[in-house]
Amino acid sequence: MNYLKKRKYLNAFIFLALLLFVIAWLLPVFGAFLTAFRSMDEIMAKGFWTIPEKLSLNNFKVAWTEGNLNTYLLNSFIITIPALIGTLFLSSLAAYALAQYDFKLNMALYLMFVGGMLIPFQILLIPVFKLSNFLGIYNSYWGLIMIHMVFQIGFCTFFLRNFMMTIPEELSEAARMDGCSEFKIFYRIYLPLSKPALAALGTLEFTWIFNDYIWALVLIRDNKFKPVTAGLASLKGNFITSWGVLVAGSLLATIPTIIVFIFLQKYFIRGLTMGTGK
Amino acid sequence: MEKRKVQWRFLAVPLIFYTIWVIGPTIYTFYLSLTEWDGLTDPNFIGIQNYLDLFNDSIFYTSLVNNFIWLLIFLLVPVVLGLFLAILLSKKIRWAKGFKAAIYSPMILAPVVIGLIWSWIYHPKAGLLNNTLTYVGLNFLTRGWLSNPETALYAVIGAAVWRHTGYVMLLFLAGLTSIPPTLIEAARIDGATAWQRFRYIILPLLKPATVIVLVITMIQSLRAFDFVNIMTRGGPFNSTNVLANYMYTEAFRNYEMGYGAAVAVILFIIMFIFIFFYLRRIREEELSV
Repeated sequence: MNYLKKRKYLNAFIFLALLLFVIAWLLPVFGAFLTAFRSMDEIMAKGFWTIPEKLSLNNFKVAWTEGNLNTYLLNSFIITIPALIGTLFLSSLAAYALAQYDFKLNMALYLMFVGGMLIPFQILLIPVFKLSNFLGIYNSYWGLIMIHMVFQIGFCTFFLRNFMMTIPEELSEAARMDGCSEFKIFYRIYLPLSKPALAALGTLEFTWIFNDYIWALVLIRDNKFKPVTAGLASLKGNFITSWGVLVAGSLLATIPTIIVFIFLQKYFIRGLTMGTGK
Repeated sequence: MEKRKVQWRFLAVPLIFYTIWVIGPTIYTFYLSLTEWDGLTDPNFIGIQNYLDLFNDSIFYTSLVNNFIWLLIFLLVPVVLGLFLAILLSKKIRWAKGFKAAIYSPMILAPVVIGLIWSWIYHPKAGLLNNTLTYVGLNFLTRGWLSNPETALYAVIGAAVWRHTGYVMLLFLAGLTSIPPTLIEAARIDGATAWQRFRYIILPLLKPATVIVLVITMIQSLRAFDFVNIMTRGGPFNSTNVLANYMYTEAFRNYEMGYGAAVAVILFIIMFIFIFFYLRRIREEELSV
């Protein structure tokens, strides 16, 4: 079979081409690690493509303590986790209503949430900044928790509503016959059945909220409340010439999302690709 | 209990929050764009003056053009590259799973982190790019990538492309898995060339994935802020400025809140054109089910 043989060679060629591409693609990551473990003086003096004289954890130490990465990372968790739980809870309520009940405004509200998830943050920045001041939550964890929790309702409702539409209606009808209350149907049937969607969404939202930068810039002033993204921007201001420290700090900042990704990769990808494989 | 109204018991709390933090602020920004405001005293109503000023503002035009360059490059590089990679990786290739993970891994990193790492890559003396160019004997190509107004915008977009390509690839891969392999095999046996199979079978069947890719790509390029802000703050000489960063600078650095609001409104309107078509499509799909 000439064709199969040709295909075999072709696949081997594709494999090699992809291998080279991936090596080049990951060069920035490899380079970042190498920089973080070396001293800036050495790189400046000898250039980057030289054999390292000495590898040390010093840059990481400086970023972690002097650079306050320890505080920033903790803040990121303090902000991300409540916002994540809040948005999943609120949007599962909204999604259930949109998936389960037929009413006049249903489509309009659904489109409002879908549209809302796509708007630029800039249209919200000034009023939300003022609102947070007014509520006394500017420059505190709560200001960030609230905007993330509420803004993400748009995407989460869109996602969960579409998932809940696939749950057979016979289930809720049968439960209703048996005298189950509407809230119980939500809590006992829809929520447990939506677990796969909630896991995918939770993974995705964790990285999105964790990686936010602009809201942290606008709603937080003091270093002690900054999440790690805004913290890195401050680090850039303070260690502008110490690229080793900056890169080490960047690598430290990614650890939580990388852990989430490694363990929940399946959900992450399921979340991102929902709706494309119809 | 009146069953007809029960949906509101579920919707009330999310909707109240959503109105206060999203809907209300959106409307309020439209009003603020008609005022002059330093953020401290009361806003001073000045009609459409901010928009007239924008009309004569060269930084605004630069930012607008930069946004469109960004959009154009995003539609070309990550979309084409992502589709190409997805098609290659959907074949039975050794290590395909690892390759996929490697290509989309930048996506989990925060744009700020990528921006910082790439700022270092572009560093004139110690950076990976210039060092590599020197190493392979292309010294004449080395330059201060981010400090040169000619290259800065493309350098910033390059970092963003690195993050976006994997996302596009994933979306196309998901679309490709829904195409039955027997269909492509049948076309091959009937004598369709690789290009014909791609053009007349794969591409049409990828349409749902393509729509999502295009919407996400457009939205992402117009939302571009993090990369610009962390890498260049819009400089040098506004050569990397984009609307999202210009709005932020005007409102929160220069305290021209009314003017910043006007920039935000323009950005919103441009994006709303895309959002509108997407919403219309979703609505049609829903009604046809």
